Amino acid sequence: MSLVNYLVLSGILFSIGSIAVLTRRNAIIAFMGVELMLNAANLTLVTFGRLHGDLHGQVIAFFVMVVAAAEVVIGLAIIVSIFRTRGSASIDDANLLKS
Amino acid sequence: MNAALEISTGEAVLFWVLAPLMVAGALSLLFAKRPVHIAVSIAGVMIGLAVMYIMLEAPFLGVAQIVVYTGAVMMLFLFVIMLAGVDSSESLVETIKGQRGIAVVGLLGLLILVITVLTRASLPPAVGLAQANADTNPVGVARLIFGDYIFAFELTAALLITAALGALVLSHRRRLSPKVGQAELAEAKLAAYGKGGSAEGVTPPAGPGVYARHNSADMPALDAAGNPIDDSVVTVLRVRGQEAETADLDADRVARIATGAPMVPELDGAERADRAELDEQAETTKENEE
Repeated sequence: MSLVNYLVLSGILFSIGSIAVLTRRNAIIAFMGVELMLNAANLTLVTFGRLHGDLHGQVIAFFVMVVAAAEVVIGLAIIVSIFRTRGSASIDDANLLKS
Repeated sequence: MNAALEISTGEAVLFWVLAPLMVAGALSLLFAKRPVHIAVSIAGVMIGLAVMYIMLEAPFLGVAQIVVYTGAVMMLFLFVIMLAGVDSSESLVETIKGQRGIAVVGLLGLLILVITVLTRASLPPAVGLAQANADTNPVGVARLIFGDYIFAFELTAALLITAALGALVLSHRRRLSPKVGQAELAEAKLAAYGKGGSAEGVTPPAGPGVYARHNSADMPALDAAGNPIDDSVVTVLRVRGQEAETADLDADRVARIATGAPMVPELDGAERADRAELDEQAETTKENEE
């Protein structure tokens, strides 16, 4: 086994997350897909950090985690406020700017 | 430069146990119906990732992953699912025609491309973090964060405060009508009654329980005509069919209550004499004290 296995796993997780973002209509599920993509990227950073014997990868993964936490808070607040005003958590219903 | 990193058999076994579990958990994003199931599966994937970080010689990130993702983020997701979309059914209508198919094919292509590149690339020999983690991993990471990355670290502080304030502002709802408190509600009820409305709401609803021995919550109250008042029993008990019937009562007792006789048993002769004696004694002691 080599460290490439981790990278392949991270590629699989990233693809699953992005397929979920593109195909699921429920905003909360699509958002969980975004989280999975961020985590897959983190796994790549940590694996390459170990490959090169360098801690910078871990530090960047740490900052990604912080930014992802902030993004989740804001994103979920937006989903909740849209749900309150429109009574739906579906992505397709949020077309106020279009119609 | 260190010698090439050797990956132990234990790590390989752990990887091959964890990786299929994580992929299965992630696939629930595509195939599971209920958002709650998906959130719990993704929390499992996050725990798997934390174990992998620890395997990859990043124990600090592993613990941070558990605290931040499974502890905070996924629980926040569950909270919002309970608020907003716990029973939301997903529409299968495609807004853009053929979008699903294109997305799946395109991303499978991306996956194959990534795997091909990764397996055919000639990566340098793995070094491992034994040297970088010489003073334990958290110390090494802290030297970088509070050294090279101190400015970015301070910026994340501003970012987190902004995010917290933003969440407060976004989830704040301005009140469109004045708040109806207890006093306003009572006044409104009395005003409606004064205008000839029903007395319902002005008089309190009947509580459950009829007789001294049967004041349990499953016993309906009786109205003036002797009929049970269904509303006096808690809704949950009524829905479950656990409410008691008047017939469940002791028939003798019901008949006795109907005659209006006192419910306290009569004292017989001897007991009455004892009682009188006790009363006398009490009186004499009181007089003596005076």
